[in-house]
Amino acid sequence: MTVPETGSSRVKRGLAEMLKGGVIMDVVTPEQARIAEDAGAVAVMALERVPADIRSQGGVARMSDPDLIDAIIAEVSIPVMAKARIGHFVEAQVLQALDVDYIDESEVLSPADYVNHIDKWSFNTPFVCGATNLGEALRRINEGAAMIRSKGEAGTGDVSEATKHIRKISSEINQLKSMTRDELYVAAKELQAPYELVLEVAETGKLPVVLFVAGGVATPADAAMMMQLGADGVFVGSGIFKSGNPEARAAAVVKATTFYDDPSVIADVSRGLGEAMVGINVADLAAPHRLAERGW
Amino acid sequence: MTTTLREESVGAGESAAAGPRVGVLALQGDFREHALVLASLGAEVSLVRRPEELEAVDGLVIPGGESSVIDKLSRTFGLAEPLRAAIAGGLPVYGTCAGLIMLADRVLDGIAGQETLGGLDVVVRRNAFGSQNQSFETELEVPALGATPVRAVFIRGPVVESVGAAATPLARLDDGRVVAVEQGNLLGTSFHPEITGEHRFHEYFLSKVRARR
Repeated sequence: MTVPETGSSRVKRGLAEMLKGGVIMDVVTPEQARIAEDAGAVAVMALERVPADIRSQGGVARMSDPDLIDAIIAEVSIPVMAKARIGHFVEAQVLQALDVDYIDESEVLSPADYVNHIDKWSFNTPFVCGATNLGEALRRINEGAAMIRSKGEAGTGDVSEATKHIRKISSEINQLKSMTRDELYVAAKELQAPYELVLEVAETGKLPVVLFVAGGVATPADAAMMMQLGADGVFVGSGIFKSGNPEARAAAVVKATTFYDDPSVIADVSRGLGEAMVGINVADLAAPHRLAERGW
Repeated sequence: MTTTLREESVGAGESAAAGPRVGVLALQGDFREHALVLASLGAEVSLVRRPEELEAVDGLVIPGGESSVIDKLSRTFGLAEPLRAAIAGGLPVYGTCAGLIMLADRVLDGIAGQETLGGLDVVVRRNAFGSQNQSFETELEVPALGATPVRAVFIRGPVVESVGAAATPLARLDDGRVVAVEQGNLLGTSFHPEITGEHRFHEYFLSKVRARR
Protein backbone atom coordinates (compact mmCIF):
# COMPACT_ATOMS: atom_id res chain seq x y z
CA MET A 1 0.00 0.00 0.00
CA THR A 2 1.11 3.54 -0.65
CA VAL A 3 1.71 6.22 1.92
CA PRO A 4 -1.46 8.27 2.52
CA GLU A 5 -1.28 11.62 0.72
CA THR A 6 -2.70 14.72 2.42
CA GLY A 7 -3.25 18.12 0.83
CA SER A 8 -3.67 16.89 -2.76
CA SER A 9 -5.88 18.91 -5.08
CA ARG A 10 -8.48 16.16 -4.94
CA VAL A 11 -8.51 16.20 -1.15
CA LYS A 12 -8.64 20.01 -0.99
CA ARG A 13 -11.30 20.45 -3.66
CA GLY A 14 -13.13 17.41 -2.31
CA LEU A 15 -14.14 19.08 0.94
CA ALA A 16 -15.81 21.87 -1.03
CA GLU A 17 -17.66 19.20 -3.04
CA MET A 18 -19.08 17.84 0.22
CA LEU A 19 -20.29 21.30 1.28
CA LYS A 20 -22.41 21.73 -1.85
CA GLY A 21 -26.09 22.42 -1.44
CA GLY A 22 -25.27 23.81 1.98
CA VAL A 23 -25.00 27.07 3.91
CA ILE A 24 -21.79 28.38 5.50
CA MET A 25 -22.46 30.88 8.27
CA ASP A 26 -20.31 33.66 9.75
CA VAL A 27 -20.05 33.36 13.54
CA VAL A 28 -18.20 35.51 16.07
CA THR A 29 -18.64 33.43 19.25
CA PRO A 30 -18.79 29.73 20.17
CA GLU A 31 -22.47 30.29 21.11
CA GLN A 32 -23.23 31.48 17.58
CA ALA A 33 -21.31 28.53 16.17
CA ARG A 34 -23.53 26.20 18.22
CA ILE A 35 -26.67 27.91 16.90
CA ALA A 36 -25.35 27.59 13.33
CA GLU A 37 -24.55 23.89 13.70
CA ASP A 38 -27.93 23.18 15.31
CA ALA A 39 -29.68 25.06 12.49
CA GLY A 40 -28.02 22.91 9.82
CA ALA A 41 -24.99 24.90 8.66
CA VAL A 42 -22.50 22.75 6.69
CA ALA A 43 -19.61 24.84 8.02
CA VAL A 44 -18.95 28.02 9.97
CA MET A 45 -16.65 30.96 9.28
CA ALA A 46 -14.95 32.01 12.53
CA LEU A 47 -14.60 35.80 12.74
CA GLU A 48 -14.10 38.51 15.35
CA ARG A 49 -16.54 40.84 13.63
CA VAL A 50 -19.11 40.15 10.93
CA PRO A 51 -18.70 42.25 7.78
CA ALA A 52 -21.51 44.63 8.79
CA ASP A 53 -19.55 45.56 11.93
CA ILE A 54 -16.21 45.76 10.11
CA ARG A 55 -17.98 48.18 7.79
CA SER A 56 -19.50 50.33 10.53
CA GLN A 57 -16.50 50.30 12.88
CA GLY A 58 -13.85 50.87 10.22
CA GLY A 59 -10.12 50.52 10.86
CA VAL A 60 -7.84 47.73 9.71
CA ALA A 61 -9.55 44.32 9.80
CA ARG A 62 -7.22 41.37 10.44
CA MET A 63 -7.18 37.64 11.12
CA SER A 64 -9.15 36.68 14.26
CA ASP A 65 -7.62 35.96 17.66
CA PRO A 66 -6.40 32.33 17.77
CA ASP A 67 -8.20 31.88 21.10
CA LEU A 68 -11.51 32.67 19.42
CA ILE A 69 -10.80 30.29 16.53
CA ASP A 70 -9.78 27.54 18.99
CA ALA A 71 -12.95 28.06 21.01
CA ILE A 72 -15.14 27.79 17.92
CA ILE A 73 -13.30 24.67 16.70
CA ALA A 74 -13.83 23.14 20.15
CA GLU A 75 -17.53 23.98 20.11
CA VAL A 76 -18.64 22.41 16.83
CA SER A 77 -17.95 19.26 14.81
CA ILE A 78 -18.72 20.71 11.37
CA PRO A 79 -15.85 22.28 9.37
CA VAL A 80 -14.49 25.61 10.62
CA MET A 81 -13.16 28.21 8.18
CA ALA A 82 -11.27 31.40 9.03
CA LYS A 83 -10.17 34.47 7.11
CA ALA A 84 -6.69 35.72 6.29
CA ARG A 85 -6.00 39.09 4.68
CA ILE A 86 -5.33 39.08 0.92
CA GLY A 87 -1.63 38.37 0.43
CA HIS A 88 -0.96 37.78 4.14
CA PHE A 89 0.72 34.40 3.90
CA VAL A 90 1.79 34.43 7.54
CA GLU A 91 -1.79 34.80 8.75
CA ALA A 92 -2.54 31.83 6.50
CA GLN A 93 0.36 29.88 8.05
CA VAL A 94 -1.08 30.62 11.49
CA LEU A 95 -4.55 29.48 10.44
CA GLN A 96 -3.08 26.26 9.06
CA ALA A 97 -1.25 25.73 12.36
CA LEU A 98 -4.54 26.29 14.20
CA ASP A 99 -5.92 23.38 12.12
CA VAL A 100 -8.83 25.25 10.53
CA ASP A 101 -10.54 23.27 7.76
CA TYR A 102 -10.51 26.02 5.11
CA ILE A 103 -8.73 29.37 4.81
CA ASP A 104 -10.63 32.26 3.22
CA GLU A 105 -8.24 34.75 1.61
CA SER A 106 -10.78 37.50 1.98
CA GLU A 107 -11.42 41.00 0.74
CA VAL A 108 -13.62 41.52 3.82
CA LEU A 109 -10.37 42.02 5.75
CA SER A 110 -7.92 44.79 4.89
CA PRO A 111 -5.52 43.62 2.14
CA ALA A 112 -1.92 43.03 3.28
CA ASP A 113 -0.47 43.06 -0.24
CA TYR A 114 -1.88 45.12 -3.10
CA VAL A 115 0.07 43.19 -5.73
CA ASN A 116 0.28 39.50 -4.81
CA HIS A 117 -2.20 37.01 -3.50
CA ILE A 118 -1.04 34.09 -1.35
CA ASP A 119 0.66 31.13 -3.09
CA LYS A 120 -1.99 28.68 -2.02
CA TRP A 121 -0.30 25.61 -3.51
CA SER A 122 2.28 25.74 -0.70
CA PHE A 123 -0.35 24.98 1.96
CA ASN A 124 -1.85 21.70 3.15
CA THR A 125 -5.06 23.46 4.21
CA PRO A 126 -7.36 24.34 1.29
CA PHE A 127 -8.27 27.92 0.37
CA VAL A 128 -11.46 29.61 -0.74
CA CYS A 129 -11.12 32.96 -2.54
CA GLY A 130 -13.52 35.63 -3.73
CA ALA A 131 -14.12 36.57 -7.35
CA THR A 132 -16.32 39.04 -9.20
CA ASN A 133 -15.80 37.53 -12.65
CA LEU A 134 -14.42 34.46 -14.42
CA GLY A 135 -10.92 35.84 -15.00
CA GLU A 136 -10.50 36.64 -11.31
CA ALA A 137 -11.80 33.18 -10.35
CA LEU A 138 -9.33 31.46 -12.71
CA ARG A 139 -6.42 33.56 -11.45
CA ARG A 140 -7.22 32.45 -7.90
CA ILE A 141 -7.52 28.80 -9.01
CA ASN A 142 -4.16 29.17 -10.77
CA GLU A 143 -2.70 30.28 -7.43
CA GLY A 144 -4.14 27.17 -5.79
CA ALA A 145 -7.63 28.12 -4.58
CA ALA A 146 -9.69 24.93 -4.09
CA MET A 147 -13.04 26.71 -3.92
CA ILE A 148 -14.39 30.03 -5.23
CA ARG A 149 -17.05 32.27 -3.77
CA SER A 150 -18.45 35.13 -5.72
CA LYS A 151 -17.82 38.27 -3.68
CA GLY A 152 -21.06 40.18 -3.60
CA GLU A 153 -20.86 43.20 -1.31
CA ALA A 154 -20.36 41.83 2.20
CA GLY A 155 -22.07 43.35 5.21
CA THR A 156 -24.78 45.18 3.29
CA GLY A 157 -27.76 42.83 3.16
CA ASP A 158 -28.04 44.01 -0.45
CA VAL A 159 -27.91 40.97 -2.72
CA SER A 160 -27.58 42.89 -5.98
CA GLU A 161 -23.78 42.62 -6.20
CA ALA A 162 -23.92 38.87 -5.52
CA THR A 163 -26.44 38.59 -8.35
CA LYS A 164 -24.19 40.60 -10.63
CA HIS A 165 -21.14 38.45 -9.91
CA ILE A 166 -22.77 35.02 -10.29
CA ARG A 167 -24.49 36.16 -13.49
CA LYS A 168 -21.21 37.53 -14.80
CA ILE A 169 -19.31 34.32 -14.08
CA SER A 170 -22.08 32.17 -15.62
CA SER A 171 -22.31 34.29 -18.73
CA GLU A 172 -18.54 34.31 -19.24
CA ILE A 173 -18.50 30.50 -18.92
CA ASN A 174 -21.30 30.26 -21.49
CA GLN A 175 -19.37 32.47 -23.89
CA LEU A 176 -16.29 30.24 -23.61
CA LYS A 177 -18.41 27.16 -24.37
CA SER A 178 -19.40 28.56 -27.73
CA MET A 179 -15.88 29.58 -28.80
CA THR A 180 -13.55 27.79 -31.19
CA ARG A 181 -10.06 26.87 -30.05
CA ASP A 182 -8.40 29.79 -31.81
CA GLU A 183 -10.79 32.21 -30.13
CA LEU A 184 -9.91 30.75 -26.72
CA TYR A 185 -6.35 32.08 -26.94
CA VAL A 186 -7.72 35.59 -27.21
CA ALA A 187 -10.30 34.88 -24.53
CA ALA A 188 -7.51 33.81 -22.17
CA LYS A 189 -5.67 37.03 -22.89
CA GLU A 190 -8.78 39.11 -22.27
CA LEU A 191 -9.73 37.22 -19.11
CA GLN A 192 -6.10 37.53 -17.96
CA ALA A 193 -6.24 33.87 -17.05
CA PRO A 194 -4.06 30.86 -17.97
CA TYR A 195 -4.98 29.28 -21.31
CA GLU A 196 -5.11 25.75 -19.83
CA LEU A 197 -7.76 26.77 -17.31
CA VAL A 198 -9.74 28.68 -19.93
CA LEU A 199 -9.68 25.61 -22.17
CA GLU A 200 -10.83 23.39 -19.30
CA VAL A 201 -13.77 25.68 -18.56
CA ALA A 202 -14.69 25.82 -22.26
CA GLU A 203 -14.67 22.02 -22.49
CA THR A 204 -16.45 21.20 -19.23
CA GLY A 205 -18.79 24.19 -19.09
CA LYS A 206 -18.03 24.81 -15.44
CA LEU A 207 -15.34 26.01 -13.08
CA PRO A 208 -12.79 23.35 -12.07
CA VAL A 209 -13.74 23.97 -8.41
CA VAL A 210 -16.94 24.47 -6.46
CA LEU A 211 -18.55 27.93 -6.68
CA PHE A 212 -20.48 29.35 -3.74
CA VAL A 213 -22.13 32.75 -3.60
CA ALA A 214 -21.45 35.28 -0.84
CA GLY A 215 -22.11 38.89 0.04
CA GLY A 216 -25.48 40.38 0.93
CA VAL A 217 -27.53 37.18 1.28
CA ALA A 218 -30.07 37.98 4.04
CA THR A 219 -33.25 35.96 3.40
CA PRO A 220 -34.28 32.42 2.40
CA ALA A 221 -35.40 33.80 -0.95
CA ASP A 222 -31.98 35.42 -1.49
CA ALA A 223 -30.29 32.06 -0.92
CA ALA A 224 -32.71 30.23 -3.22
CA MET A 225 -32.22 32.84 -5.94
CA MET A 226 -28.45 32.35 -5.84
CA MET A 227 -28.97 28.57 -6.15
CA GLN A 228 -31.32 29.05 -9.11
CA LEU A 229 -28.65 31.24 -10.72
CA GLY A 230 -26.25 28.30 -10.55
CA ALA A 231 -24.45 28.56 -7.22
CA ASP A 232 -23.30 25.34 -5.57
CA GLY A 233 -24.12 26.75 -2.13
CA VAL A 234 -24.20 30.00 -0.14
CA PHE A 235 -22.26 31.89 2.47
CA VAL A 236 -24.37 33.98 4.83
CA GLY A 237 -22.37 36.57 6.72
CA SER A 238 -24.05 39.30 8.67
CA GLY A 239 -27.49 38.22 7.43
CA ILE A 240 -28.16 35.71 10.21
CA PHE A 241 -26.72 37.07 13.43
CA LYS A 242 -27.65 40.67 12.61
CA SER A 243 -31.30 39.65 12.24
CA GLY A 244 -34.06 39.54 14.82
CA ASN A 245 -34.25 35.76 15.21
CA PRO A 246 -30.97 34.10 14.19
CA GLU A 247 -32.02 30.52 15.10
CA ALA A 248 -35.13 30.62 12.94
CA ARG A 249 -33.52 32.53 10.08
CA ALA A 250 -30.51 30.20 9.96
CA ALA A 251 -32.73 27.10 9.76
CA ALA A 252 -34.94 28.75 7.15
CA VAL A 253 -31.99 29.65 4.89
CA VAL A 254 -30.76 26.04 5.11
CA LYS A 255 -34.15 24.67 4.03
CA ALA A 256 -34.52 27.22 1.23
CA THR A 257 -31.06 26.30 -0.09
CA THR A 258 -32.04 22.62 -0.39
CA PHE A 259 -35.50 23.35 -1.89
CA TYR A 260 -34.28 26.36 -3.90
CA ASP A 261 -36.57 25.50 -6.81
CA ASP A 262 -39.75 24.97 -4.76
CA PRO A 263 -41.47 28.32 -4.07
CA SER A 264 -44.01 26.72 -1.69
CA VAL A 265 -41.20 25.53 0.61
CA ILE A 266 -39.47 28.93 0.38
CA ALA A 267 -42.77 30.64 1.26
CA ASP A 268 -43.30 28.35 4.25
CA VAL A 269 -39.84 28.85 5.69
CA SER A 270 -39.99 32.62 5.15
CA ARG A 271 -42.93 33.08 7.55
CA GLY A 272 -42.47 34.71 10.94
CA LEU A 273 -38.70 35.17 10.83
CA GLY A 274 -38.84 38.63 12.43
CA GLU A 275 -36.64 41.49 11.33
CA ALA A 276 -34.09 40.89 8.58
CA MET A 277 -30.78 42.66 9.03
CA VAL A 278 -30.95 46.37 8.41
CA GLY A 279 -29.49 46.80 4.97
CA ILE A 280 -27.26 49.29 3.23
CA ASN A 281 -27.90 49.88 -0.46
CA VAL A 282 -24.70 49.23 -2.35
CA ALA A 283 -25.46 52.27 -4.53
CA ASP A 284 -25.19 54.46 -1.41
CA LEU A 285 -21.67 53.23 -0.65
CA ALA A 286 -18.81 55.45 -1.72
CA ALA A 287 -16.36 53.53 -3.93
CA PRO A 288 -13.57 53.32 -1.29
CA HIS A 289 -15.98 51.42 0.99
CA ARG A 290 -16.80 48.74 -1.56
CA LEU A 291 -15.08 45.53 -0.48
CA ALA A 292 -15.67 43.66 -3.74
CA GLU A 293 -13.15 45.90 -5.47
CA ARG A 294 -10.36 44.55 -3.26
CA GLY A 295 -8.47 41.72 -4.98
CA TRP A 296 -7.63 41.62 -8.65
CA MET B 1 -21.97 25.64 -11.45
CA THR B 2 -23.10 22.26 -12.72
CA THR B 3 -26.11 23.30 -14.72
CA THR B 4 -26.43 20.13 -16.76
CA LEU B 5 -27.73 18.13 -13.84
CA ARG B 6 -30.32 20.56 -12.59
CA GLU B 7 -33.08 18.53 -14.21
CA GLU B 8 -34.95 16.12 -11.97
CA SER B 9 -33.96 13.20 -14.13
CA VAL B 10 -30.63 12.60 -15.81
CA GLY B 11 -29.53 9.81 -18.08
CA ALA B 12 -33.13 9.25 -19.15
CA GLY B 13 -32.30 8.85 -22.83
CA GLU B 14 -33.94 6.52 -25.31
CA SER B 15 -32.00 3.51 -23.99
CA ALA B 16 -32.77 4.32 -20.38
CA ALA B 17 -35.85 2.13 -20.19
CA ALA B 18 -33.56 -0.85 -19.70
CA GLY B 19 -31.53 0.75 -16.91
CA PRO B 20 -32.42 0.36 -13.25
CA ARG B 21 -34.08 3.38 -11.66
CA VAL B 22 -31.67 4.71 -9.06
CA GLY B 23 -32.31 7.70 -6.84
CA VAL B 24 -29.68 9.92 -5.26
CA LEU B 25 -30.67 11.60 -1.99
CA ALA B 26 -30.30 15.28 -2.89
CA LEU B 27 -30.78 17.14 0.39
CA GLN B 28 -27.14 18.28 0.58
CA GLY B 29 -23.73 17.09 -0.55
CA ASP B 30 -22.10 15.81 -3.74
CA PHE B 31 -25.24 14.17 -5.13
CA ARG B 32 -24.57 15.35 -8.70
CA GLU B 33 -21.24 13.49 -8.81
CA HIS B 34 -23.05 10.27 -7.88
CA ALA B 35 -25.76 10.96 -10.45
CA LEU B 36 -23.14 11.42 -13.18
CA VAL B 37 -21.38 8.14 -12.33
CA LEU B 38 -24.66 6.19 -12.15
CA ALA B 39 -25.91 7.67 -15.44
CA SER B 40 -22.61 6.79 -17.14
CA LEU B 41 -23.18 3.19 -16.01
CA GLY B 42 -26.60 3.07 -17.66
CA ALA B 43 -28.87 3.76 -14.68
CA GLU B 44 -31.94 5.95 -14.98
CA VAL B 45 -31.09 8.48 -12.29
CA SER B 46 -33.38 10.79 -10.36
CA LEU B 47 -32.77 13.15 -7.46
CA VAL B 48 -34.75 12.36 -4.30
CA ARG B 49 -35.84 15.07 -1.87
CA ARG B 50 -39.46 14.03 -1.19
CA PRO B 51 -41.15 10.82 0.00
CA GLU B 52 -43.02 10.35 -3.30
CA GLU B 53 -39.73 10.55 -5.22
CA LEU B 54 -38.40 7.69 -3.10
CA GLU B 55 -41.28 5.46 -4.21
CA ALA B 56 -40.17 5.73 -7.83
CA VAL B 57 -36.71 4.16 -7.44
CA ASP B 58 -35.28 0.61 -7.25
CA GLY B 59 -32.15 1.71 -5.41
CA LEU B 60 -30.80 4.74 -3.60
CA VAL B 61 -27.44 6.42 -3.06
CA ILE B 62 -26.87 8.61 -0.02
CA PRO B 63 -24.00 10.94 -1.00
CA GLY B 64 -21.11 12.54 0.79
CA GLY B 65 -21.91 15.74 2.62
CA GLU B 66 -22.47 16.85 6.18
CA SER B 67 -24.25 13.99 7.96
CA SER B 68 -25.77 16.24 10.64
CA VAL B 69 -27.40 18.36 7.92
CA ILE B 70 -28.64 15.40 5.87
CA ASP B 71 -30.10 13.89 9.06
CA LYS B 72 -31.84 17.11 10.04
CA LEU B 73 -33.31 17.79 6.59
CA SER B 74 -34.46 14.18 6.13
CA ARG B 75 -36.45 14.42 9.36
CA THR B 76 -37.77 17.94 8.75
CA PHE B 77 -39.10 17.05 5.32
CA GLY B 78 -40.61 13.68 6.28
CA LEU B 79 -38.11 11.45 4.50
CA ALA B 80 -36.52 9.70 7.46
CA GLU B 81 -39.37 7.28 8.21
CA PRO B 82 -40.03 6.36 4.56
CA LEU B 83 -36.29 5.79 4.16
CA ARG B 84 -36.20 3.52 7.22
CA ALA B 85 -39.20 1.58 5.88
CA ALA B 86 -37.58 1.24 2.45
CA ILE B 87 -34.33 -0.03 3.98
CA ALA B 88 -36.24 -2.50 6.13
CA GLY B 89 -38.07 -3.62 2.99
CA GLY B 90 -34.80 -4.48 1.28
CA LEU B 91 -34.19 -1.42 -0.92
CA PRO B 92 -30.57 -1.47 -2.08
CA VAL B 93 -28.82 1.59 -0.64
CA TYR B 94 -25.22 2.73 -1.04
CA GLY B 95 -23.86 5.41 1.30
CA THR B 96 -20.53 7.24 0.94
CA CYS B 97 -19.02 9.06 3.94
CA ALA B 98 -22.03 10.94 5.35
CA GLY B 99 -24.15 8.28 3.62
CA LEU B 100 -22.33 5.54 5.51
CA ILE B 101 -23.05 7.40 8.75
CA MET B 102 -26.74 7.59 7.83
CA LEU B 103 -26.83 3.81 7.21
CA ALA B 104 -25.04 2.84 10.43
CA ASP B 105 -27.10 1.56 13.35
CA ARG B 106 -25.04 3.80 15.67
CA VAL B 107 -22.89 6.89 15.31
CA LEU B 108 -20.24 8.13 17.75
CA ASP B 109 -19.23 11.81 17.90
CA GLY B 110 -22.41 13.00 16.21
CA ILE B 111 -23.85 16.42 17.07
CA ALA B 112 -26.38 16.54 19.93
CA GLY B 113 -29.54 14.75 18.87
CA GLN B 114 -28.08 13.37 15.63
CA GLU B 115 -29.93 10.29 14.38
CA THR B 116 -29.16 7.73 11.71
CA LEU B 117 -31.47 5.72 9.50
CA GLY B 118 -29.74 2.49 10.46
CA GLY B 119 -29.68 -0.82 8.64
CA LEU B 120 -25.98 -1.62 8.77
CA ASP B 121 -25.07 -3.53 11.92
CA VAL B 122 -22.08 -1.30 12.62
CA VAL B 123 -20.92 1.52 14.86
CA VAL B 124 -19.25 4.38 12.97
CA ARG B 125 -17.19 7.25 14.34
CA ARG B 126 -17.81 10.58 12.64
CA ASN B 127 -14.74 12.73 11.67
CA ALA B 128 -12.55 9.83 12.77
CA PHE B 129 -9.36 11.28 11.26
CA GLY B 130 -9.66 14.84 12.58
CA SER B 131 -9.64 18.13 10.68
CA GLN B 132 -9.29 18.69 6.94
CA ASN B 133 -5.49 18.78 7.36
CA GLN B 134 -5.71 15.05 8.09
CA SER B 135 -7.90 14.28 5.06
CA PHE B 136 -6.02 12.06 2.62
CA GLU B 137 -6.06 9.78 -0.37
CA THR B 138 -4.52 6.32 -0.50
CA GLU B 139 -4.56 2.97 -2.30
CA LEU B 140 -6.95 0.49 -0.75
CA GLU B 141 -7.21 -3.26 -1.28
CA VAL B 142 -10.85 -4.27 -1.86
CA PRO B 143 -10.82 -8.02 -2.61
CA ALA B 144 -14.52 -8.04 -3.51
CA LEU B 145 -13.77 -5.69 -6.44
CA GLY B 146 -10.76 -7.57 -7.79
CA ALA B 147 -6.99 -7.33 -7.52
CA THR B 148 -6.55 -3.72 -8.64
CA PRO B 149 -6.56 -1.46 -5.58
CA VAL B 150 -9.05 1.38 -5.21
CA ARG B 151 -7.80 4.99 -5.09
CA ALA B 152 -9.74 6.13 -2.03
CA VAL B 153 -10.25 9.76 -0.96
CA PHE B 154 -11.11 10.34 2.71
CA ILE B 155 -12.49 13.81 3.48
CA ARG B 156 -13.10 14.35 7.17
CA GLY B 157 -14.39 10.82 6.86
CA PRO B 158 -15.82 8.33 9.33
CA VAL B 159 -14.47 4.86 10.15
CA VAL B 160 -16.39 1.75 11.09
CA GLU B 161 -15.41 1.27 14.68
CA SER B 162 -17.11 -2.08 15.22
CA VAL B 163 -18.74 -4.50 12.83
CA GLY B 164 -21.70 -6.54 14.09
CA ALA B 165 -22.38 -10.14 13.19
CA ALA B 166 -24.73 -9.25 10.32
CA ALA B 167 -22.29 -6.97 8.45
CA THR B 168 -19.17 -7.86 6.45
CA PRO B 169 -16.06 -5.68 6.16
CA LEU B 170 -14.97 -5.08 2.54
CA ALA B 171 -11.84 -2.98 3.08
CA ARG B 172 -9.46 -1.95 5.84
CA LEU B 173 -6.74 0.66 6.22
CA ASP B 174 -3.20 -0.53 6.97
CA ASP B 175 -3.91 -0.04 10.67
CA GLY B 176 -6.85 -2.45 10.46
CA ARG B 177 -9.68 0.07 10.69
CA VAL B 178 -12.69 -0.87 8.57
CA VAL B 179 -13.64 1.66 5.88
CA ALA B 180 -16.07 -0.29 3.67
CA VAL B 181 -18.87 -2.67 4.67
CA GLU B 182 -21.85 -4.46 3.21
CA GLN B 183 -24.86 -6.21 4.61
CA GLY B 184 -27.38 -7.72 2.21
CA ASN B 185 -28.51 -4.92 -0.07
CA LEU B 186 -26.70 -2.20 1.89
CA LEU B 187 -23.24 -0.93 1.03
CA GLY B 188 -21.22 1.76 2.79
CA THR B 189 -17.79 3.36 2.27
CA SER B 190 -15.94 5.95 4.37
CA PHE B 191 -14.45 7.35 1.16
CA HIS B 192 -15.70 8.86 -2.10
CA PRO B 193 -15.45 6.78 -5.30
CA GLU B 194 -17.76 9.35 -6.95
CA ILE B 195 -15.00 11.98 -7.15
CA THR B 196 -12.09 9.82 -8.32
CA GLY B 197 -13.40 8.19 -11.49
CA GLU B 198 -13.53 4.84 -9.65
CA HIS B 199 -16.74 3.12 -10.85
CA ARG B 200 -16.44 -0.36 -9.40
CA PHE B 201 -18.33 0.38 -6.18
CA HIS B 202 -21.21 1.86 -8.17
CA GLU B 203 -21.18 -1.16 -10.50
CA TYR B 204 -21.18 -3.47 -7.49
CA PHE B 205 -24.12 -1.54 -6.07
CA LEU B 206 -26.00 -1.58 -9.40
CA SER B 207 -25.63 -5.37 -9.50
CA LYS B 208 -27.53 -5.48 -6.19
CA VAL B 209 -30.22 -3.22 -7.66
CA ARG B 210 -30.55 -5.33 -10.81
CA ALA B 211 -30.63 -8.58 -8.83
CA ARG B 212 -33.55 -7.33 -6.75
CA ARG B 213 -35.67 -5.90 -9.57
